Amino acid sequence: MSEEQKMVKAFIMGEAYDVPEGSTIIMAMEYAGFQMKRGVGCREGFCGACATVYREKGDYKLKGGLACQTVVTDGMTLAQIPFVPAEKPIYDIKELTPDIDTIKTLFPTIFRCVACNTCTKACPQEIKVMDYVQALKRGDIGRAADLSFDCIRCGLCALRCPSEIVQYNAATLAQRLYGRYLNKKSPELEERIVEVENGKYEKELDELVEMPREEQSKRYYAREIKLK
Amino acid sequence: MYPDYMMKSIQMVEKTRPKRLELAKKQGKQVFPAMSESERQAVLDNFHPDFKKDARREVRVGVNKGESLTTEVADLLESYSRVDPVIFDLNNPDHETDVLVIGAGSAGMAAAITAGINGSNVLLATKLRLGDSNSMMAQGGIQAADQKDDSPVLHYLDVMGGGHFENKPDLVKALVNDGPIAIKWLEELGVMFDKNEDGSMMVKPGGGTCRSRMHSTRDYTGAGICRVLRDEVYNMPDKIKYLEFTSIIELILDEKGQAVGAIGYHLETKQYMVIKASSIIIATGGFGRLHVRGFETTNHYGATADGLVIAYRAGANLMFMDSVQYHPTGAVFPEQILGFLCTEKIRSMGAQPVNHDGDLFVYPLEPRDIEAAAFIRECAERGKGVKTPTGKVGIWLDSPLIDLINGEGATQKYLPAMLRQYKRFDIDVIKYPMLVYPTLHYQNGGVEVDDKGETKIPGLYVAGEAVGGIHGRNRLMGNSQLDLIVFGRRSGYWASERAKKGVQFGKLTMQHVYDYEKKVAKLKIPRKKIAPIILPDYIPDHVKIKQKTTEYFGTLF
Repeated sequence: MSEEQKMVKAFIMGEAYDVPEGSTIIMAMEYAGFQMKRGVGCREGFCGACATVYREKGDYKLKGGLACQTVVTDGMTLAQIPFVPAEKPIYDIKELTPDIDTIKTLFPTIFRCVACNTCTKACPQEIKVMDYVQALKRGDIGRAADLSFDCIRCGLCALRCPSEIVQYNAATLAQRLYGRYLNKKSPELEERIVEVENGKYEKELDELVEMPREEQSKRYYAREIKLK
Repeated sequence: MYPDYMMKSIQMVEKTRPKRLELAKKQGKQVFPAMSESERQAVLDNFHPDFKKDARREVRVGVNKGESLTTEVADLLESYSRVDPVIFDLNNPDHETDVLVIGAGSAGMAAAITAGINGSNVLLATKLRLGDSNSMMAQGGIQAADQKDDSPVLHYLDVMGGGHFENKPDLVKALVNDGPIAIKWLEELGVMFDKNEDGSMMVKPGGGTCRSRMHSTRDYTGAGICRVLRDEVYNMPDKIKYLEFTSIIELILDEKGQAVGAIGYHLETKQYMVIKASSIIIATGGFGRLHVRGFETTNHYGATADGLVIAYRAGANLMFMDSVQYHPTGAVFPEQILGFLCTEKIRSMGAQPVNHDGDLFVYPLEPRDIEAAAFIRECAERGKGVKTPTGKVGIWLDSPLIDLINGEGATQKYLPAMLRQYKRFDIDVIKYPMLVYPTLHYQNGGVEVDDKGETKIPGLYVAGEAVGGIHGRNRLMGNSQLDLIVFGRRSGYWASERAKKGVQFGKLTMQHVYDYEKKVAKLKIPRKKIAPIILPDYIPDHVKIKQKTTEYFGTLF
């Protein structure tokens, strides 16, 4: 960063630390001396390990965010969430049907939704969480899977839900039901698998395995490139 | 948002855009001539970081002694164990299992599921949480030759060409031939692949592919797969037990030289444990957090090559550990996302890399090592990069082309993660290009295995990024996601079969650790240098100096 580093004050779990302006919450905590084990993960917004609750200076609102994606502001008070003790029903995906009955059996709490929209407001991915919960209530698995797709399972929705719903685990179920049962099958894939299982490519692949490097290189640079 | 001086360069990009769009509409992906074999070699020799003078050095201990390895890897391997093994009572294990899987990314979880389905009891140990891995972060896609105009044979050629024809052929054959089966296995588990209206796979090309065979789940492909596998692991409590925040810090052999167990260490309660197993699968991923040559990385916090260290100390040999993959397009602006991945799918969908003046200078879909070296050349030799306010330099990746080529809404629909990433920092990549530079992405090499995933140590298997040989010295986009599944399943099956046959255990021993440490001590390496390092250390020096318990390189617990 620049030679004159500007600093801001962050209250990490209530204690004041001076940290460089522009730091994300993870950067700020490490700058302060925390060697993190929980509350940190991929550091790029894909794993959901670093859910954070914070309050900004002069604001009464408790906000949620990802520590690797949220920049510290002067006077911010924050805490990392180490773990979310959420219920996760056990099921065999092969035994299920992609409909409302499955949702009723495995996630009865879904039907307690009071449509308060707190989950949507809490989502750091800006997913319409309440909308996919409503879709699940209607048994619209496809819409629920689509709306919830970008969920990274940080758990903030479930932590804030007044109806004790574990939205993200229900989202996983919806996505798996859609992927296995409702997404149209690819005929080319099925055909290719039959070919592979019948050993159609074995001989040619074995020839390549044995082929000297120069000859392989020649075939490689001569291959036709046809891109969709 | 970009500062004014960068906007001036963006205006030049905007000026050349209509012509480049026209070119793309006429010639598809072929907007710039692809390099010949000799051009490829020249750009690698002169600009790829692996070819810098001090990038490699001879490793002085272990099976690969005398071979030239990536300097940071050689440094890591020349180290001591975290603890003196004498303290463990190997005859009274804390856990006994058929199959021990180390690491819970997609390879480890695919292995655990497969071994479980095959009837084995599995213990899955991971130093963070289930799914915390590079697998979860993969964006662009997974390759498999399932299209009509494609075949596993063409896929084979692409893999070999990308790897400069040095890959282990039997592993490549397994990879490409199992490809379509792996996709089906994932779909049956419930992975939501992007499809066309008729159910056919929506496929894209990747760097160095001759056909479009990149399957995706938006630009969350790794997560789309990994979270399904994790859910399946949760659903198999009778077959798979898992230990989170448990790092495996050493392997246990028996007097016959078989791998028969491991030492675990719980990061929070700080307890050590002895685990006995009939088969062991290492699926610990790569080494991005070693920050080779000071590069930023796309990798997960836990990517510290732990499995490599313990396997090497136990006598497994490494392949291609002199080679590092730098992904061509890592973010260099804004500072908060330095080194973050900008998926290759951005180029698959038509975005073009252009220099400071808005000019194309390379075929957008060269294999990664070539593309990355060409970016470095453009900045270093030709001085056509764009400087950031903090003195970094980058190339424009002209993302607004994506909607112009594929129709309005394409970025939103197929690259939501990318859009969201930049939006958080007030940059709209539908309107403005992103500034990128090569970033440390992947461990091309690793432990040598056969096509069952087994190493030269009986009972020790490896799957995923920790394997060396599949990709030679350069992996292509989408082949990692595929190898996680193919070799995760293969190693899981064969490890389970080995356990089912019954292993005749000899006396358990950790003599290999003593023997290895003696050789390290002879090099006069200070005792405080230990590995695996478990997690990287980002605490600044002025704080570190006051943390008096911080005794050694790496983590302080």
